[in-house]
Amino acid sequence: MCSLCGVLGCDDHWTSAVARPGVYTHNSDRIARRREAARRLAVANALLATRRLRLSEWQGRSYVLASPTGSTRIFEALSHLWSEAGALAGRPFDPLDPSFIASIEAIR
Amino acid sequence: MNGPTPVHLLTGFLGSGKTTLLRRMLADPAMAGAAVLVNEFGEIGLDHELLDRIDETVVLLKSGCLCCTVRGELADALLALHSRRARGEVPFFDRVAVETTGMADPYPALSTIRSHPVLRNHYRNVGVVTTVDAVNAPGLLDTRLEALRQIGAADLLALTKTDLAPPARVSDLIARLASVNPSARVMTASEVGAMDFLTEAGSLPPPPESARLNHHAGTFRADTPVTSFALEIEQPIDWTGFGLWLTMLLDRHGENVFRVKGILNLIGEDRPVAVHGVQRLVHSPVHLERWPDERRTSRIVFIVHGLDHALIEASFRAFDVMARRIAARGVSA
Repeated sequence: MCSLCGVLGCDDHWTSAVARPGVYTHNSDRIARRREAARRLAVANALLATRRLRLSEWQGRSYVLASPTGSTRIFEALSHLWSEAGALAGRPFDPLDPSFIASIEAIR
Repeated sequence: MNGPTPVHLLTGFLGSGKTTLLRRMLADPAMAGAAVLVNEFGEIGLDHELLDRIDETVVLLKSGCLCCTVRGELADALLALHSRRARGEVPFFDRVAVETTGMADPYPALSTIRSHPVLRNHYRNVGVVTTVDAVNAPGLLDTRLEALRQIGAADLLALTKTDLAPPARVSDLIARLASVNPSARVMTASEVGAMDFLTEAGSLPPPPESARLNHHAGTFRADTPVTSFALEIEQPIDWTGFGLWLTMLLDRHGENVFRVKGILNLIGEDRPVAVHGVQRLVHSPVHLERWPDERRTSRIVFIVHGLDHALIEASFRAFDVMARRIAARGVSA
């Protein structure tokens, strides 16, 4: 159970680690958490748009990934994002693919 | 006790001196409060008998190798220890040492502790110690990927049997280990004290001097080279972009990223942030108190198997520039 919102399941990705002494996280308070979540969505969507996918959050506890044809995938943890996105796009997101790097460099 | 119990993983190839080292560590008063899990591959477990300490906090995981068949047993053993400690049925322990089998890849054990829905609330990985046999390691490094994975995952490399190998062979091995895993400390096992064994990986200022050169690589005679290199980035980097980049890199290539360890100079942060991971597992980032030296640059060491260093750097920089561009545009929550 998520200790922050009290619902079953939660995103325990390392970029949003539980706030503990010594741990770097934006999970320390609600405002910082929401701000970081919005930033993450914006950057992820810039990357996903190269394959015409769109990510949104549902109730702050799940992610919904949608294709232009209306297919959707729902998952709870950010660690699932790229494997789900690769499956929905029909080919994996490979950050070491030179053509993908070029498409990221072209994002304005 | 407060917070999750630290777990120290001890690994190393078959016959490399894990049990000998653990036995010496357990004799130290600093380890008096440690529970011990010993994983042995074989019908009859012997290693735990050699530890000279048999009580309820020494547990033998005997139904197979930790990296494949007994991950559930590791989880069960840790949960049982936690419950029994809470009920006062076993002597109090303040940390756990896990000795893996010689063939085990450390990643599944680390991942079990990090990701198990209950374990992750009660235990935390704090370091990997790998024993390296000075007599046999040079041959193993050419032929056994398990040995390279164990060395790549290490925070501390303990050289054993250095008295049985010619000094030139030992110094060659040390140079080679530094190129496989430049972020690990290398010590002879006889010099390793309990405090070295117990040092938390995140509390060290990574990476060390040897890793500061860009593209300081070690190349091996295995079919596909295992290489290490360091990225050094002058300007502050964007945390959100870094997180999405590393997540994508590990999702696609995690089995070939033996280790990633670095200190980051993040936009908007005065103090450095340490990040370290093994294959697809990334530990919680640590906010360090201070910079290890006067240079405020991000330095990230990678140990990779067959991945192109230049593409990793180009990819990182493309993500960072893109994320900073989006941040400059502004995002509304």
